[in-house]
Amino acid sequence: MTASPFSPEEVARIRADFPILARTVRDGAPLVYLDSGATSHKPVQVLDAERDFYERLNSAPHRGAHALSEEATAAYEGARERIAGFIGAAAQDVVFTKNATEALNLVAYAFSGSPHPGIPGSERFALGAGDEVLVTEMEHHANLVPWQELCRRTGATLRWIPVTDEGRLDLSDLDSLLTERTKVVAVVHASNVLGTLNPVDELVERAHAVDALVVLDACQSVPHLGVDVEALGVDFLAFSGHKMFGPSGIGVLWGRRELLEAMPPFLTGGSMIETVRMEASTYAPPPQRFEAGVPMTAQAIGLAAAVDYIDALGIERIHAHELALTERLLAGLAARPWVTVVGPTDLESRGGTVAFVVDDVHAHDVGQVLDGSGVAVRVGHHCAWPLHRRFKVAATTRASFAAYNTVGEVDALLDALDTVPEIFGDPRLRGAS
Amino acid sequence: MDLYQELILEHSKRPQHAGLREPFEAEVHHVNPTCGDEVTLRLHIVGEGPTAVVEDVSYDALGCSISMASVSILAEETIGHPLSEALTTFEAMKAMLTSKGEDPGDEEVIGDGVALAGVARYPARVKCALLGWMAFTDALHQSGHRVAVTGTDPEEGTP
Repeated sequence: MTASPFSPEEVARIRADFPILARTVRDGAPLVYLDSGATSHKPVQVLDAERDFYERLNSAPHRGAHALSEEATAAYEGARERIAGFIGAAAQDVVFTKNATEALNLVAYAFSGSPHPGIPGSERFALGAGDEVLVTEMEHHANLVPWQELCRRTGATLRWIPVTDEGRLDLSDLDSLLTERTKVVAVVHASNVLGTLNPVDELVERAHAVDALVVLDACQSVPHLGVDVEALGVDFLAFSGHKMFGPSGIGVLWGRRELLEAMPPFLTGGSMIETVRMEASTYAPPPQRFEAGVPMTAQAIGLAAAVDYIDALGIERIHAHELALTERLLAGLAARPWVTVVGPTDLESRGGTVAFVVDDVHAHDVGQVLDGSGVAVRVGHHCAWPLHRRFKVAATTRASFAAYNTVGEVDALLDALDTVPEIFGDPRLRGAS
Repeated sequence: MDLYQELILEHSKRPQHAGLREPFEAEVHHVNPTCGDEVTLRLHIVGEGPTAVVEDVSYDALGCSISMASVSILAEETIGHPLSEALTTFEAMKAMLTSKGEDPGDEEVIGDGVALAGVARYPARVKCALLGWMAFTDALHQSGHRVAVTGTDPEEGTP
């Protein structure tokens, strides 16, 4: 790795862009925000971009011929171009959705029991008994439940790649899991719990060898790693804006053009049509086919500003910075024998998400104690319940990093963590149980 | 920190009346879908109408210290008590837990339940503390005992 983590001075300058980081919580404790995997904070540059849209351009894009609408359309489509460029894509292959969950549902919905009579090529998306959808045991519910529903609708069979004790995909049985019957492989790029980076290259190669489509959940990789859709070689890729310094209410689906063109619409209504008669309608080409209704214009513009912000910092440096914090946290946790990390304990193929359990203490209680010191982490199953079942834990505590986090914040987490056994580890009580 | 009173820690480490027992008229399974906490609860009632008595509350619970302590306190405060009294205890617990910290709880009514008063100031934890109690009222409903449970939101605690 050539990129270096941000210096303390650089982090201080970054933090100054995020007003919320200056606030205190719970009786005056400085906020230590280690929950960017759930949602990141927004820099003033993003807030300003949204405000500027409402102050100067506000109107519905792709409607009307008045000056504001034209300018709003240009800004909205300019945002699409900017965001597409960030992932190495062409603008027309980028669909804006409400969030990544909607993007993944959009793809799953395109598959059905029979081809759409009005959409040439849609037989590619017809599934039935005997067909299989392959997911993994580490998927977020957003990349699992839509596929369960698809299988229920079509009679296809859901299969999944198991996870090893180290928190990596167990590909030892891939030959029997990924076969001629497999039509879709839906997999997460970077686990939102374990931090694991999955071997996309290998999965794409194996999936394409049997003509299966690869759907990549890139929610935890696009904000942190730098992603190029062509280099990855996947067929669909989904991510959300709010985890990458952007506004809530906007997500992105990228898809191969010929596939998007062969897909039926998900939500229908205004904007996504070509012609409408009382009997039936025909649909606009992608991406408009998938953007029914007045779109989230300000959010798209805000997300483009977020992309500018990330580019100015440098995605490689963001990744290096987050890995340095991860390394410090993993070392700190390893020094505490009453803590067990769930996921890879080294930096190999890893992102800046660390989940752990404290002996005999439920994650909710760990999170509550940390919160008492102003340390915000996520507790629970993180929308990956099957993964937690696999590790036989009801819940984990998860710290996740962003560019604005400091070494001091990692230490603050570790210090606060040390009070957990002090509260719950009363030997008198423990000995009695 | 003040949330974790000694009583809560004791109940969560040594839950009272834990385990599933027979006989019972109703068994329910409730989960807290945000954190995965689960409780299976059985209810055994003897007698009818005003003479009904909570003979046994048995349970198998998996969860945080707040939910574990709360179900332990539930069992302790209801087993052997008239059903009407158990419902008064439930109403008092619920009132305290949903008071946002205004209601400190009456030890005469809810016993060790007062240790959970601090939970009311943490909205994310109120569901943890109510999990067992909502299971209890659901089991009561399913057991067929027609007792008016006022102010109970059937949606709450049942995902």
